[in-house]
Amino acid sequence: MEITLSIIIVFMILGAIYALNAKDLLSALISCGIVGYGLVICFLLLQAPDLAIVQIVVETITLVIMVAVVLSSSREELKEKAVVTVDGVSYIHQRYLINVILVVVFALFLLYFFKESIYTLNHLGEHVTRMSTAYIDKAAQQTGSANLVTGVVFDFRGYDTLGEATILFTAVIGILTILRAKGRK
Amino acid sequence: MTPIVKKVTQLVVGLIFLYGIYIITHGHLTPGGGFAGGAVIAGSFILLVLAYGSDVLKLRKREEGSSVVESTGIFIFLALAFGALFIGTGIFFTNYLPKGVIGELVSAGTIPLYNIAVGIEVAAALFTIFLALVIYKEEVLK
Repeated sequence: MEITLSIIIVFMILGAIYALNAKDLLSALISCGIVGYGLVICFLLLQAPDLAIVQIVVETITLVIMVAVVLSSSREELKEKAVVTVDGVSYIHQRYLINVILVVVFALFLLYFFKESIYTLNHLGEHVTRMSTAYIDKAAQQTGSANLVTGVVFDFRGYDTLGEATILFTAVIGILTILRAKGRK
Repeated sequence: MTPIVKKVTQLVVGLIFLYGIYIITHGHLTPGGGFAGGAVIAGSFILLVLAYGSDVLKLRKREEGSSVVESTGIFIFLALAFGALFIGTGIFFTNYLPKGVIGELVSAGTIPLYNIAVGIEVAAALFTIFLALVIYKEEVLK
């Protein structure tokens, strides 16, 4: 299963990289869709159907909205590129050495901590699960819900759901306030 | 849109809506829940608007309606949460209704009711955001 996951994640990374470099905005959007739908398959393989349902629906809706936005925009990338110059020399060329040194130092830092964490952490799917073991054992009796995810979301972690609903409500209020060509009388 | 899209939408949209209701009401038994089902229902409404379109005045009326429905959804959610404080056990957000038999449709106390409230809220919120974007585009293009 790890091999399948790795293949899908490689595809997702390729899609994300292509989306950054694509000339046409619509093809960039479609390759962003690869990332979202690949994530759906990852969730299904990792046995999280609740998340997969939410992800596939939200991904589709956002894709539809983004396609509508792109189709009514200019789509093509502008020809001239913005280059910041200092004393006639390009800013990027002037700071070339500092940039390269910073990138190398940070890459070494990340590699070191990555190596440390690989040795310290447990394998994928075999980590120590003290809290979730308690949830899995007792959630069904304590909440009476056969779907443990819903039991946790609406009972043990009820305040989180309350905050989530409030966030959505606030987002809608903000959008209704901002997206207005004329003011309301 | 073309007649093909309109006909297919006409055939499919009811099924999508029913599937959303199924996901919400069975949220405590099968995968899914309020958020997923609400998003599916919002998707059915968005499909209708995309396929048939509408003039801005009708859409604005719908936007006001869905905004009211969204507020109602979160009000039901809060009312259930405060119901636990005042009617039930005296603690905010507890499950005060009888739990019933695990695995039956009517069970798990207040969890299905929370699911329904969140489903209404999410469906109306996503649809309102979509309508706000469409109306803004029409207004700007004028």
